[in-house]
Amino acid sequence: MSASTRSGPYVPGASAQSSYGGGRDSANLGDILERVLDRGVVIAGDIQVNLLDIELLTIKLRLLIASVDTAREMGIDWWEHDPWLTGETQQLAKQNRKLRRRIAALEEIVATRAEGVRAHEPEAVERGR
Amino acid sequence: MAADQGVYLYAVTRDEGEEPDGLEGVVGAPVGRLAHRGLAAVLSPVSLREFGEEALRRSMEDLAWLEETARAHHRVVEAVARLRPAAPVRLVTVYTGEAQVRELLDERHDAFDAVLRRLSGRWEWGVKAYAVPAAAEQHPASAEQHPTERPTERPTERPTERPAEDPAERPAEGSAGRPVERSGRAAAGAGAGSGGGAPGAAYLNRRRAALRGREADWRRAAEHAQAVHEALMGVAVDGRRHRAQDPQLSGRREQMVLNGAYLVDEGRAAEFTRVVEEVAGRGVAVELVGPWAPYSFAALDHDGEAACGDGS
Repeated sequence: MSASTRSGPYVPGASAQSSYGGGRDSANLGDILERVLDRGVVIAGDIQVNLLDIELLTIKLRLLIASVDTAREMGIDWWEHDPWLTGETQQLAKQNRKLRRRIAALEEIVATRAEGVRAHEPEAVERGR
Repeated sequence: MAADQGVYLYAVTRDEGEEPDGLEGVVGAPVGRLAHRGLAAVLSPVSLREFGEEALRRSMEDLAWLEETARAHHRVVEAVARLRPAAPVRLVTVYTGEAQVRELLDERHDAFDAVLRRLSGRWEWGVKAYAVPAAAEQHPASAEQHPTERPTERPTERPTERPAEDPAERPAEGSAGRPVERSGRAAAGAGAGSGGGAPGAAYLNRRRAALRGREADWRRAAEHAQAVHEALMGVAVDGRRHRAQDPQLSGRREQMVLNGAYLVDEGRAAEFTRVVEEVAGRGVAVELVGPWAPYSFAALDHDGEAACGDGS
């Protein structure tokens, strides 16, 4: 138990107790939806609920919980461009990647120069702070 | 049955025992059973005006409706599963009449029989593991001794965002993380930087090491999650790794690295819980939720055999 408390503010033992009986009404809605929508026996009922027709909320929920690969197989991939689902994360991620590349390039240049400077002023290392 | 009356199916069980008293299903309808050849379909009447295709297309979009229906469905499944082995059926599986349900029990009899045999005396446990980010470790829980303050032999080598790690973690880190692979040069550069020669370079080196540190944290957590999964499989009868939940669903900021479901013998639940506690920590936070009705292990095999080899 001590090993787990060290990992962060979360205490698994405490959680196991508080969330024990996930079957009760208090169970996390996400956990319930994940199970009732995405697992369990799939039998074709007489009423066909075509997930492809449910374009808004449920599909978005599904995408959070179901396999992206499954969704792709179903031909659904618009979430990758959907602002409701991705928020700005998509763009931020793109921007982030771009910036990281730039930083890496700049770092290379700076590091090379720093080494050049040190080569001429070896005492700089010794001087410390 | 009236023209607009349908049947909502929750689960398939054996035809044994009784339904719990006063159990209410979706829209508060009384839950009953339809028995056929030793199997029982747990169901309730629904209006096809509300559970017809057109209506469902609309109402499934309504989160309040969806939540209420999902919770009702789940409540029935759990109540029944507590009494006898039950194969939960997916949400909104609706038939136009009882004859169709009887037909289902007849056609898939052997498949249901095999699944129920496999699920008997077993429960599903959910285990989620989250990568513990460096940021979270910078705000340690209450009384925890924070390792950041611990002096290191070469302080500049360890970037400020990086070292919030358990000292016990260090040995494992070498293999999993390769944290400071350019340590020689990084140390020299950082030394020069703090000496005033190139503060920019020192900063950038710290930044780069921090980014690399986060990647290492993530890799380490993912590897540990795999180890957690394997340890749990040692006790479980069967297990599945589901897609990690989005933070919006999990309600936690940390990235989920394991979303596992494990089928565990009733008699080994305590042992399973112990293993979960043992494997927690070391870069992942672990959450145990359950027991659940065996949603993840109820898939019917097409040829009527149990889907996994263990059919005892």
